Parts: sequence; structure tokens; C-alpha cells
Amino acid sequence: MGFPILSLLIALPLVAALACLFVDARSARWIALAATLVDLALGALLWAKYEVGGPQWQFTEHVALFGRFAWALGIDGIALLLIVLSVFLMPICIAASWQAIEKRVPEYMAAFLLMESLMVGVFAAQDLFLFYIFFEAGLIPMYLIIGIWGGADRIYASYKFFLYTLLGSVLMLIAMLWMANQAGSTDIPTLMAYDFPASAQTWLFLAFFASFAVKMPMWPVHTWLPDAHVQAPTAGSVILAGVLLKMGGYGFVRFSLPMFPVASAELMWLAMGLSMVAVVATSLIALVQEDMKKLIAYSSVAHMAFVTIGLFAFNRQGIEGALMVMLGHGLVSAALFLCVGVIYDRLHTRDIARYGGLSNNMPKYALLFLLFTMASVGLPGTSNFVGEFLSLVGAYEISSWVAFVATTGIILGAAYMLYLYARVAYGTARNADAAAMPDLNARELAILVPIALAVLWMGVYPESFLAPMRNDVGAILARLAPTAPHSDAKVAIGRAAIPAAPTPDHAAEAHH
Amino acid sequence: MPITASLALTLPELILSIGAMALLMVAAFGGDGLSRAIGWGAVALFAAAGVSLLGPAGSGGPGFEGLYMADSFGAFAKLLIYIAAAVSVLIAPGFFERAGGYRAEYPILILLSAVGMGMMVSAGDLLTLYVGLELQSLSAYVLASFLRRDTRSAEAGLKYFVLGALASGILLYGISLLYGFTGTTLFAGISDALAGGISTGQMFGMVFILAGLAFKISAVPFHMWTPDVYEGAPTPVTAFFASAPKVAGMALLLRVAIDAMGSGVDAWRQVIIFSALASTILGGVAAIGQSNFKRLLAYSSINNVGFALFGLAAGTPDGVAATMTYMAVYIAMTLGSFICALQMRDADGQPVETIASLSGLSRSRPGLAAALAIFMFSLAGIPPLFGFWPKFLVFDALVRAGFWPLAMVGIATSVIGAFYYLKIVKTMYFDEPTEGYAPSSSVIEGGLITVAALAVSPLGYLAIPLLDATSMAAAHSLF
Repeated sequence: MGFPILSLLIALPLVAALACLFVDARSARWIALAATLVDLALGALLWAKYEVGGPQWQFTEHVALFGRFAWALGIDGIALLLIVLSVFLMPICIAASWQAIEKRVPEYMAAFLLMESLMVGVFAAQDLFLFYIFFEAGLIPMYLIIGIWGGADRIYASYKFFLYTLLGSVLMLIAMLWMANQAGSTDIPTLMAYDFPASAQTWLFLAFFASFAVKMPMWPVHTWLPDAHVQAPTAGSVILAGVLLKMGGYGFVRFSLPMFPVASAELMWLAMGLSMVAVVATSLIALVQEDMKKLIAYSSVAHMAFVTIGLFAFNRQGIEGALMVMLGHGLVSAALFLCVGVIYDRLHTRDIARYGGLSNNMPKYALLFLLFTMASVGLPGTSNFVGEFLSLVGAYEISSWVAFVATTGIILGAAYMLYLYARVAYGTARNADAAAMPDLNARELAILVPIALAVLWMGVYPESFLAPMRNDVGAILARLAPTAPHSDAKVAIGRAAIPAAPTPDHAAEAHH
Repeated sequence: MPITASLALTLPELILSIGAMALLMVAAFGGDGLSRAIGWGAVALFAAAGVSLLGPAGSGGPGFEGLYMADSFGAFAKLLIYIAAAVSVLIAPGFFERAGGYRAEYPILILLSAVGMGMMVSAGDLLTLYVGLELQSLSAYVLASFLRRDTRSAEAGLKYFVLGALASGILLYGISLLYGFTGTTLFAGISDALAGGISTGQMFGMVFILAGLAFKISAVPFHMWTPDVYEGAPTPVTAFFASAPKVAGMALLLRVAIDAMGSGVDAWRQVIIFSALASTILGGVAAIGQSNFKRLLAYSSINNVGFALFGLAAGTPDGVAATMTYMAVYIAMTLGSFICALQMRDADGQPVETIASLSGLSRSRPGLAAALAIFMFSLAGIPPLFGFWPKFLVFDALVRAGFWPLAMVGIATSVIGAFYYLKIVKTMYFDEPTEGYAPSSSVIEGGLITVAALAVSPLGYLAIPLLDATSMAAAHSLF
């Protein structure tokens, strides 16, 4: 065991969070920014040191601290990229709240720092119960963030968020207890290789499904998300959309698929069916929203459905695509919420109808907003294209109907995003105050430009992101291979007709 | 076994009862001016009794021909009881002085009650059990009406007495039935008699005994007295009721169920399962409408007792260890909450009990609000707070014993409970501040709140190996 970099990634924000509670607002902001930037540097170091093609689990730590379960950390490529995503978004969240949050700043910063260490913990945990503790603990800071610094209807939203997700997860805990007793281990890599009896797998799968489907969120248990997003402060929405939703997808990849391959194949129709409904239904709902945050929240549900479609395609394209959608959506939806936050800070309304013609008085803003809109639509060259394309290819291999329905989601996605952009940025300003809004300042540029660069990087050279995950996806596919369902498309790998054995004539010709 | 050896096993009870009588003399001749000194004397006695558990009193085995069991199970429970009782003594002076005078009988009654509780958890015979229970209860009735000029306190005492006497009657009836149908009151003998199948009379006896004990731990459907008594009794007394007698009652229930009726586990399990589920559901649902903080904590204790009972429902050493761990963590959470409730008083020093008065506490008293939030999230069983761990253990025990559908239902009921714990946090953190409470200068209360909050914070997880080892040792001494 070398330098415990993962423990440090978790401990640093925690210490900073405690420190924030005892200082004034100004110092708390700087402490939070410094801590998140150091964590970002550590995350970058983690990525740099990660050995692509090396052992499956790297940076492992194991201390039998708690008797029944252990402080066991370690990451594979999937966890690595999600950790990098988390630490990348965190300083942005702090900077986005720099002026927007005026009351109770030390507590606010402490809540976000606590959130960061819990998020890293979720992705780094290698012990079943350690994972559960991190997974559940995130509810407390998020409950406080929504409830204290949220909008008018924040209390209802915070309750709904908390109780919905709690109910989902407690059933998972019982399943985890059963698994730990059955397999005699709480070590996640061990459990990923353990063959649970097929009859039990269905129940276990459903218990985990209850938790991850709520977290993801999948239709029809997504209703907490629009409420939570609309009421949360901007940075809260960023973290919610950027990272917390990814915990659901991560759970499917880490637990459901490799641990219950039989049940995953049997219940594929459930995941696919719900995703198909989600893509179409929530896209249509997004089309009629008057509130910008609500629109983006519904679009999140639709995008997360691409993740489940890809994951349950049981092939490399699908799973890699799903992971890319997770990363891409983490960046793009975070950026879109930040874009909403920028104009919300100026006019204090999220009502689409109050804005208009922003491309005239806010050209830089309009440009960046356009980029993120296009990325959300899935334009080639942006991050979401890679992921959505791959997961649709994966889905097509397994079922052309799923791919057909899901693709309509892309069209609808273009419709609601472009319609939103047109109403906000084009035309003429409907109100004088909207027309008088100043363009992005340096702080806001510093927040949005890094995300824009990352979005383009993912779109232009996705190999940087696919490479670390390749072997891990391979490992999952190997687990799934015996039970993977047959495809209805009967796609065969293209190969040229094999020519007959070369005749002497031809051989002679070749020599000429 | 010679009588002296048996007496050595009861050293904690000897220390406490002789000490209590000595302090009673001091109080009789020294007057109420010495109340605080007597309180410290009582705390010292609890410490001495706790230390004495290290000797034969903690591991000596049966004494007095099996009437009394000095095993590690009893020692574990007694340690919890002494800690809870000592804390109840420590927090009392401030409260009673504001209410019009601290009387020296308070620590002495708690000492006597602790003697009774020690007898309960070490009982090896139905009559030892009954004598211990009555000693504990009689002290408790007086404590409930300790503020005798306060009508609510008097009402609480009367209610507790009448219903407690009824429960004692039920218990005694069960004891007589079981004695009649098995021919013995010794736990070991009853266990042998039940091993060959259970007759209807024995079944009745068991159910009556369980009903009487369920009253003591306020498990549904024998919980009705709890909210009224908790609300009416002086707050330090309520803190005591919610902690030490709960541990004693639960330990006694475990001992009777496993030691005496262990061979009839399939007969009583359904009773325990019903009571556990009913307690978690009713404790959760009925608490939602409460506006009085102490009443809410009463329902919270009903709710938590339900979860602790799940461990007994498993009927395995794992389950018993889980229940004991549950009680250990529970007393830290519940005592912490009640000490926070002691801090709730207006500018004149009068106690305030409404939940609404907690509004905006996070701004007027951030430390207190943070501590109370920790207790609330912990009582709700949300990780990473330590209140999650005992819930984890009881459900683990259920799953190991094969009762996973019950575990599913049980854990789902914890979500109902989470709602009202969240309500407290919401009131403290989300609502606008009201007039706020008078500042507190009590070092003892502040220190105890800090200790309790740290114990149920994530730091508590470091104590898991120790808790696991001791609670498993305790549980195995029953099987």
C-alpha cells in the first residue's frame, strides 16, 4: 500500500468543512476554494498516476477499522473518471456561489465540502457497507443545502428528496446484508466475482434497482428531481445533476450488472421499458416547461435514460456509451444549470418568458450557452454525441425497437433545447431589465470556460476517457457474456467475402 | 456455593444499596443544603459499582442457588444502566433549582431504582425478577411526581403508578401461571419444562409475562402511558425513564425470553414480531402530529424500542448482541436529546417544550442546534451517524436468521420515523428564528451534550470492535 491518496481526497474536504464552521464568511469562501482546488490537483494527480491497462483495482487501501466492515478504498477506470468529474465540478460550485450565497456562508461551504468527501467516498469505496454509508450520508448535506439556501418551496422539495431516496436505499441495505452473509465477504471486487443463486438474484436485483432507479432517476420515480432542482441553489443543482445522479448509473455498473448478471438479463425489459418511456415522456414534458431549471431537470431524466439503455444493452458499445453519457451529462447539465444561474443572479427569475434577445447584450454568454445547448442536443464534436451515439449503437444491436424509440428522444431533445435557446437568446428583449443585463464577468467566465473546454475535449478526443475504462468494461462484459440476451437485429460483424484459394495464375500476377 | 461467595457476586447492588442508605441518613440530618454533595456521592457510588463489575460480579456465574446471575450479559446491561443513571443525577440540580429547589431524595431514589434494575438484569428466577422490577418501579413512581406542586408532574406520577400497578399485576399473573404449569420459578427449570412442548397454560403464562414486560419498555400495544408520563415528569426524570429503565426492561426481556423461554422461541417470536412492527409503525406515525418536544421524544423511544425488539425476534446470539448494542447507542442518543431539551427555557428560566420554539435555533445557538441535529439524524438511523449501526446490526441478525422479508418491512418503517426527525432539523435550520432561549452556563450539561454528540458522530464507528466483542460475549452468556 503506497501513499493513501484516496483517503487524502476524502479527508481534506472534511477537515476544511470543519474549519469553515469556525470562521467568518470571507475566510470560509477562501478555505472552501483552496480545499477544492487542492482536491482537484489531487484528482489530476490520481488520473496521471492511473495506469491504463494496469491492474483492475489501483490505489487500494485496506484497514480493518470497523470490525464487521473495513475502510477499503480502491478505484478502477470507471470510478477514476467519476472522481475526476466530482473534483472538477466542486471548485466551480464554490466559485458559482461566491456572490450568490450571502446568508450563512460558513455552513454552506461546510455542507459542500462534506458533500465532496462523501461523493469521492462513494466512488472509491471497495467495501459494500462503506459504500452504503457514503451513499446514504450524502442525503444529509443535500437536505440542508436545498432546505436552507433553496427557493420559495424549498421545504417541500427537501423532504421529498430525502424521503424518496431514503426509501429507495433502505431496501438495498437489506439486500446487501443478505449478500454479505451469503458470500461471507463485504469486499466489492470479491462480490463482483461471486455467483449468487439465480433465484435470489432477481430479488437482489430489484432491491438494488429500487435504490438506483430513484437516484438515477428513472421514470416513474423521477418526480423528486424537478422539485429538488428547481428549489436548490445553483451550485446545489450543479452537484445534483453533475454527480449525484451519476451514483445511480455507477451503482448499476458496479453492482447490478456484474453481481446479478442472470437477473439483469431477465429484467432487461424492465430497465429498457422504463427508459423508453422516460426518453419520450420526459422530453415531451420538457418541451412545455416555462421554468428553465425545470426544463433542464426533465432533460436530465431523459439523458439518464440513455445511460440505462446503454447499460442494459449488454455489449461494449452500449456500456461504454452509457459511461460516456454519464460523464458528458455531468459536464453539460452542470454547465446549463450554471448558465441559468448566471441570468438568475441578474434578474432573479427562472421564467423563460421574462428573457429574450440575450445574444444582443450578452454575446459571450450567448456563445457559451449555445455551445452547451448544442452539447445537450448531442451535436458531433461535443461530449454528449459520443456517449449517445455509442449507447444507441449498443441498443440497436440488442433491439432495434429500443433504438428506434430512443432515437426519437434525440429529436425531441433538439426540439426542447433549441426552443429554449431561441426564446432566451434570440429575438428582441421582452423586458427592459433583461436587455440591460451585463455580460459575463471574469468570475463567470472562469466558471464556464473550463467546462466548455472539457466538453469539446470529450467530443473531439474521447479516447482519453474511454481508454481507462476499456478493461473494466471488458471485465463486466465477461461477467455478462454467459447470460447476455440475444439481439433481435442479428448484426453480424462485417467481413469481406473470402476469396477462393489463389490460383497459380493470380499468384503469378501478384508477382508482376 | 457459600453465602459469602454469593454475596460477592452482588457487590454492585451491595455498594449501591448500602451507599443509598448512608446517603439517606446524610440527607435526613443534613437537609436539602447538601443535595448537590449527595448527588456527587451518588455519582461516585455508580462509578464504584461500575468498577466492581470487573470482579466476580461481572463473570462469577449463578449465585444464591441460581436466583441471581452474575454474568457478562448482566454486567453489560448494568454498565449502561449506571452510566444512564449517573447522567440523570448530574443533569438534575440545574433543573430543580430553577423549578424551586433541589431535594436530596432525587439522587437517592435514582440509586434505589438502580439497585432494582441491577436485580432485574441479573435475575435467574421469576421472583428475583419481580422484586427487582418493583423496587425499580416504586422509585420511578415517586420520581415521576417529584415536582409535587406541579399538577402535570403529579398527574404523570399517578398515571404511571396506576398503569404500572396494572402491568405488575399482569406480570405477576403470568408468573403464577408459569409456576403453576411448570412447577418452578427458576429460569433453568422453566426452560427444561418448556423443552418438551408447550401447554396452553404455559402459553398463557408466557404471553402474560411478555405483556407485563412490554409495558416496562413501552412497546406497542402497552405504550399508552409513555407520552403522558414523559411529558408530565420533570425533564431530568424523563431522561432517566427513557434511558436506564428501558435498558433494564429490555435486558430483562431478553433474559426471560432466551434463558427461561428459549426452548419455546417459536411460540413467542410472533408476539415479539407483532410488537416490534407495531412499535416502529405507531411510534413513527403518531409522532408526526406532535407539537411538544418531550412527547415527540416519547414516541421516538417507542419507535426505537421496536427496532431493538427486531434483534430479539431473530432469537439468535447475533440478535441479542444487536439488541444490547442498540440499547447502548440508544441511551447516548436519547440522553443527549433530553439534555438538549433541558436547555430549552425562556428568558425567565422557565422550561419551554414546544417544537415551534426551536425555530431558527441554528442561528441563535449553533452548537446546540448542531448537537440536536446529530441526535435526530442518529435516531433516524441515517449514516454516517452512529445511530445507523445498531439498526444495521438488528437487521443483519434478522437476515442471518432467515427473516429477510421481515427485515424489508421493518426497515421500510424506519422511513416513516425519519419524517419527524427531519421535522426537528427543519425547524431548527430552515425556519426563521423566534425569540430564542436563555443562554446556558452549565458546564456539565454542555460537556455531556458534547460527549454524547461525539459518541453518536461518525467517530462512534471506531468503537465497533469493542462494542461487538462485549455485546457478543454478553449474548453468548445467555445461550
